[in-house]
Amino acid sequence: MHVDVRELLSGKKSVILEKWFNKVLEAYPAESSGFLKNKKKQFSNPLGYTISQALEGLLDALLEEELDFVRIAPLLDSVIRIRAVQDLAPSQALAFLFHLKKIIREEIGSDETQTLREREAIESKIDAMALISFDVYMKCREKIYELKSDELRNMTYRLLQKANLVREVRGE
Amino acid sequence: MGAILSLCAVAALALIAFIGVSAGHLQYLFGVIIPYAALLIFITGFMYRVLKWGSSPVPFCIPTTCGQEKSLPWIKQNKIDNPSTTFGVVVRMALEVLLFRSLFRNLKTQMSEGAKLVYGEAKWLWLAGLAFHWSFLIILVRHLRFFIQQVPLPVRMIEGLDSFMQIGAPLFYMSDAVILLAVTYLFLRRVFIPQVRYISLPADYFPLFLILGIAGTGVLMRYVFKVNVVGVKEVAMGVVSLNPDPKLLEGIGVIFYIHLFLICCLFAYFPLSKLMHMGGVFLSPTRNMVNNSRMKRRVNPWNYPVHIHTYEEYENDFREKMKTAGIPVEKE
Amino acid sequence: MAKFTAKPDELSKIDFKPPKKGWMDTPVEIKEHMFCHAAKPKELDVVGFPNAHEWRPNDEDWKLPENWEKTLLEGMRDLLGKYRSFRLFMDICVRCGACADKCHFFIGTGDPKNMPVLRAELLRSVYRGNFTLAGKILRKIAGARDLTANVLKEWWYYFYQCTECRRCSVFCPYGIDQAEITMMGRELTNLIGLNIGWIAGPVAACYMKGNHLGLEPHTITSSIEFFVDDIETITGIRVNPTFNRKGAEILFVTPSGDLFANPGTYTAMGYLMLFHELGLDYTWSTYASEGGNFGFFTTNEMAKRLNAKIYAEAKRLGVKWILGGECGHMWRVIHQYMDTWNGPADFLEEPVSPITGTKFENTTSAKMVHIAEFTADLIKHGKLKLEPSRNDHLKVTFHDSCNTARGMGLLEEPRYIIRNVCNHFQEMPEDTIREKTFCCGSGTGLNASENMELRLRGGLARANAVKHVHEHYGVNLLANVCAIDRATLTTSMDYWVPGVTVAGVHELVGNALVMKGEKERTQDLRLEPFPGKEGNE
Repeated sequence: MHVDVRELLSGKKSVILEKWFNKVLEAYPAESSGFLKNKKKQFSNPLGYTISQALEGLLDALLEEELDFVRIAPLLDSVIRIRAVQDLAPSQALAFLFHLKKIIREEIGSDETQTLREREAIESKIDAMALISFDVYMKCREKIYELKSDELRNMTYRLLQKANLVREVRGE
Repeated sequence: MGAILSLCAVAALALIAFIGVSAGHLQYLFGVIIPYAALLIFITGFMYRVLKWGSSPVPFCIPTTCGQEKSLPWIKQNKIDNPSTTFGVVVRMALEVLLFRSLFRNLKTQMSEGAKLVYGEAKWLWLAGLAFHWSFLIILVRHLRFFIQQVPLPVRMIEGLDSFMQIGAPLFYMSDAVILLAVTYLFLRRVFIPQVRYISLPADYFPLFLILGIAGTGVLMRYVFKVNVVGVKEVAMGVVSLNPDPKLLEGIGVIFYIHLFLICCLFAYFPLSKLMHMGGVFLSPTRNMVNNSRMKRRVNPWNYPVHIHTYEEYENDFREKMKTAGIPVEKE
Repeated sequence: MAKFTAKPDELSKIDFKPPKKGWMDTPVEIKEHMFCHAAKPKELDVVGFPNAHEWRPNDEDWKLPENWEKTLLEGMRDLLGKYRSFRLFMDICVRCGACADKCHFFIGTGDPKNMPVLRAELLRSVYRGNFTLAGKILRKIAGARDLTANVLKEWWYYFYQCTECRRCSVFCPYGIDQAEITMMGRELTNLIGLNIGWIAGPVAACYMKGNHLGLEPHTITSSIEFFVDDIETITGIRVNPTFNRKGAEILFVTPSGDLFANPGTYTAMGYLMLFHELGLDYTWSTYASEGGNFGFFTTNEMAKRLNAKIYAEAKRLGVKWILGGECGHMWRVIHQYMDTWNGPADFLEEPVSPITGTKFENTTSAKMVHIAEFTADLIKHGKLKLEPSRNDHLKVTFHDSCNTARGMGLLEEPRYIIRNVCNHFQEMPEDTIREKTFCCGSGTGLNASENMELRLRGGLARANAVKHVHEHYGVNLLANVCAIDRATLTTSMDYWVPGVTVAGVHELVGNALVMKGEKERTQDLRLEPFPGKEGNE
């Protein structure tokens, strides 16, 4: 009997999503998790809302035939941008993608040989997401350092200008 | 931990009254001496705390403004949330004290985010808080019938309203059910919402259990172990007229003494605790002040002169540079 | 993020639920990128702050002065006697939790000690242990604890993670204001030399030189010369600002950030153009060249000392009244404190707009008018010729600054101006504006670079609302009336919502203002070509 793993996963989407979301939020203190886990407060809980929206989008993308990189990049960005400033080591910041593998295995079982190949296909899609995530993460971190230097430059812009320390294109 | 500790404390208090009256026959102690002492502690303690607050001045005009200031005549001012007159402040305070407006704002905030599930807790906090405080007040007013020979009309009207469903005999008071439910809810949210549990101290659970104990014994007394109400009133009248009659104390059931003792504990505990928010809310400078600090100078009683770097010193530091830059100076 | 590699046990920590320990039993962990560097002793010495010493927040030993516990407790007693707000807020909190999720730092960090109620409990616990009967007898059961070095570190760490934005106070049923408590906490840390460089530096500079940046008089004039040149390039008109001029009708005071920091400089250009067009009889001052007041983030006394220069200079120059530029905490100070500290300003006259004759009735005593009030009145009376279509490429939203919103109530004036100088205006969601506005995440002197991650986390709530209007309505400009906002929201937008620029309201005014005799404008105040005018130059 052939079991379509993607169909199987689609059926269990909400369960997987719930588990995944809870797993991701375990990184935060338990005392705050009740608040952070609320997915509906778009403006008063941007963290929970953004992460839940992004995880759902990523899971949907995973269930498509082909991984749509244009679609997943901004989703990964929205999660990682938050995690990149939250006192998490890179490994911790990106671990959320690898949690998904474990959750999927738990949900669809790992022993049936028919599902093995398809599951591997899904897992390699997750790996691809992880690779993109490294790029996104580094971009965010680099941005933070860039912000620091930009801000310093902005702060004293006229002083630099006065001291002829900034070359300007305009007016030349 | 705090919850269990507080529960044990309240249970122990109830037990003290039970043993004291049923085994120790200390009716006079629990029925007369302790109530007088508790009342004394309550009144002096409450006054002490309020006077203590009052002894610290309010040096600056620091209302939290929650709406448009008084500005140009054609800009509509929010006269309640950003009051520029005493009347505005009175309305603001009244809404705060009577309707818990700020908690309601909390609810409104979450409602406007659209999702229905979200504002659940905020709504219940506001509603339970309001239900609890109002039913407490109604019950307190109802109890006046024990202290006044001719029960005044307002008290009878409140009793009538409170029992308008006309269920059971004696008539069932809605406020009894409301207070029990509300306090239970306020307790449960402390236990089940992680961040509220995290901030809760024993001092937060203790009054909840105490009030639950008082309301519970009251309900039992009225509906289950019927005590001699006429006798209770005679005792109460005696206590109020500073002429308690020890003989009257004998015929009243022990549940009454437990009820009374817990009330005494609440009264005595009141001035030592956060329950003082009852008096404090009226003194809160962020709420009870007029936002007119640019219109009317507020005087700080402890204002004192300070060292400043004067213009003269400044010009001395930079006179040549100022002259070169064409900035006028005082001394050439 | 302190480290680039996690140890294996840290990795597994992700699966690890923290044990249910009470907050008092959870010692503070001073985390990298969450705090600002310590103040240098010489900066504290300049203004005479006590116990200046070398120390580092992440060192074990903070080299505290002898008897520091006694100093702090006596300081606390003193403050309890001086401020009813402090005594009251120590006593009446019922810990209902309504404020818990209102703080932008809690929302962005998830750190439970960033819930306003808990941040206040850090101080309350020591208050109970030392100043209340119940606390002295029942100790921990009454929520009391002793003042130890660890408790002090916790105070310091979290009181320098609060921007005194007052959002919690809006939702508290008793109006308990964490800003008041943080102010007291910071007063205490200043008794033992625990300030941060980012605050102490500007305070020292402002005290000696008149402004936070430490600009000397000739630097100020030459900076404004730059603006004058740029304005001439843009409009063909040369404006003529004056400095320290006696006999001017109005003294103009604005945060010094606008003289040097982009994009505040464009706001300053907007002021210059507006005043020139009106022919306003006004002067700048190099002595009172700072509207902002970083002293407000240290002690009440220091704030008063810095603020005193404004009235002193107004008196020396003999002006009639004072006009103040766009700034957040500057207006909290001017609106709620200045007259009490350094008034009565009986040497000034009740402010009247020389252009419209409008009497500013809400400032008859302090005699200082907010520029948004001034300009809104001008527009209402049709005194300005405006060409809002010059801002047509902008879809504008407005960020209410915490202090002008919750410590003053300046809400409609800037909106009225924006609606008249721009054709596209879109509000952010209801719960994130006006009195419910979210802080930029970097106020109260926390806009340093070493704590950038704290700032970005704190800025998430604000940025998230901007992102919403950016994605749904194409908003590309975040207007505001605060110098710190102009600097820090630029950074925050750059990270969270790229594609949204930040500008002061008077930059938009400057762009829309049609000046008498100006040449055809092809550039905006940033010297960037207006869309459609790119080829003209």
